[in-house]
Order: sequence, then structure tokens, then C-alpha cells
Amino acid sequence: MTTLVYGLITGILFGALLQQAEVLRYEKQVGAMRLMDMTIVKFMLTTIVVGSIGIFLLKDLGLVSFDPRPLSLGLQIIGGLLFGLGWALIGYCPGTSLGALAEGRYHVIWPILGMLIGGLVFAFLYPMIQEHIRPMGNYGPISVADMLGINHWFVILALAVGAGFLFRFFEKHNL
Amino acid sequence: MKSRAWMKPYICGGLAGLLLVASVAIAGQFFGTSTTFPRMVTWLTDSVGIDLSHLAFFQASGGSLTGAAFPDWQLLFVIGIALGAFLSSIATKTFQLEPLPPMWAKRFGNRLGLRIVHSVIGGILVMVGARMAGGCPSGHGVSGVSQLGVSSFLALVMFFLGGIFMARFLYGGRSS
Repeated sequence: MTTLVYGLITGILFGALLQQAEVLRYEKQVGAMRLMDMTIVKFMLTTIVVGSIGIFLLKDLGLVSFDPRPLSLGLQIIGGLLFGLGWALIGYCPGTSLGALAEGRYHVIWPILGMLIGGLVFAFLYPMIQEHIRPMGNYGPISVADMLGINHWFVILALAVGAGFLFRFFEKHNL
Repeated sequence: MKSRAWMKPYICGGLAGLLLVASVAIAGQFFGTSTTFPRMVTWLTDSVGIDLSHLAFFQASGGSLTGAAFPDWQLLFVIGIALGAFLSSIATKTFQLEPLPPMWAKRFGNRLGLRIVHSVIGGILVMVGARMAGGCPSGHGVSGVSQLGVSSFLALVMFFLGGIFMARFLYGGRSS
């Protein structure tokens, strides 16, 4: 029960932040893919930099433990590309679609319907994907720090500096 | 305040980062939304009496990928996103009823039928892709990259590559 309440409160706050940053809009999502408006990239990268500093602090203090999601080149490359193609067609990702509906963009019911059908299609494809695609380049839960053999704080620093340069570029070119 | 409008995505993004950290610290939960879609649709098929339990998918991860997992943290998180977006849009008077996305309508016209075709094909690609890759821009993008997972960096790059390719196909070059 407590878990559910935490989920609801976290969702409400996250939804309000997404709405305030205007990232729930079709124009902002497709705008990023058309390389015209980088609002969603700014939002995402800032979240990632702040989030990674926080969760690795918690991890180093021994307060939480986590492993990255397992790496399978087949799953992430093929699945990621399929996702991207569909993302530009509908102009929403799964999380933002519900938020967009709530701010009145009711045309998003069609993408939501499509994603629900997609959930069912996935259920049918699941055994095939597990058997044929998952084994392609399967490396398990590996982090960038593991892969490079360096401390995770160097990776976070590089991420923050890289994001900073990108942000400067975006602001300079009004993206 | 207007002159600082450019800072908004960064400020909201930073606060969302703090929210992620708080969620991990307090509830032990990373953000993610896409698994709720297959859970919802299997819950719906189950509710109307369609028995799909012979599919291997229903046994995978102890059944946690289907509606059997409801109600869970992520379902409430997704409901919360809608609630938060609604309240925020009402509070700032940005709630707006829209029959078609303006950018889409400008390119393709007021063609609801075509929008539905795009939406259903795109929605299927999005969900099959997200579940295959193991996450969406919140699960892989925000949570996974924050954990520095190689899988998540790769998935996020692929999301954008696929998206940029399709956006170019739909809208042509930048100038149009």
C-alpha cells in the first residue's frame, strides 16, 4: 500500500514537471527528432546528470544497490530502432502520452490505443524475441564504468561536461 | 520571469532528477512506464474473458509482465503523471483541447484517418520496440542512463536515430 502511495505521489510530481517543461507536446518531441527544438533533450539530460550524481552518492554510501539493465546488442539495437521509428510517427513516448491526454491533447488516444495493441503484439512475439534476438551480443548488466575499467565518478563527470557543452550549443543556436 | 523562460527545461529537468533520487532512496523505485502497457492490455483481455494464458509471456518473470502485477508502483506512477499534468495545466491555464497535433496537421492536413493510421502503426512499433529494448525514454533514457548502463546509452542513441530517420522521412529536411 505504501509503495502504491509513493508511486502516485512521485507520478503527480513528475507529471507536473513534464507539463511545466512543455515536454508533453507532440511539437517538442517531434521537434527534437527534426533537430529544431531540443527542449526534451535539455530536460532529459539535466534529469540524468542530477539523477546519476544522486543515485551513485546513495550507492557509495551503501544506502541503495542497483545493477544496470542487461545489455543485449540485438535487443537494444533492433528494439531501440523500432521504438524510434514509431516515436516519430506518434510524437509521444509511453510516459508522456498519458500526460498529454491530461493536458487536453485528446488526439493522443490513438497513439495510446496503438501502444496497447503493441503490448499485445509483443506478448505474442515474446518467445521468438527471447530465443532469436536476446542472444545476439548478450553481455549482461554491464555499466560504462565497468566497460572502460574506470571509476563511475569519471563517467558522471564526463557526462556532465558533455551535457554542458551540448546545452551551450543548443542555447547559442536557439534550439 | 519571461527572460528566464529558456531555463525552464533545465530547472524542471533538475527537479525531476532530484525526484528520481528521492524515489530511489525512499521507495526503492526507478522511473519507468512502458511495462504498464502490456500489463494493461493483458488485464483488459482477461477482464473481457479472452484467455491468453497459454502464451509463454504470461509465465515470464513470474507473471509480472502481465495484468496480474496490478496494482503496482508503476501503474500508480503512470496515473500520477496524468493527474500531475492535469493539475499543472489547469493551474497555469495551458490545458488545451486539441483534435490533431498542430505540427502534424500543418504537414498532413486535417486528416483524422491518416493520423489514426500513423498512430496505430507507430504505437505498435513504439511498444514492441520499448519492451524489446527493455525500456522507454523514462526507463532506459532517464533511469537506465543515470545508472550508467551500457544497454541504456545504446538504447537511447537508437531511439533518437530511429526517430530522426522517421522524422526526416515524414517531414523532409529542416527547412520545410
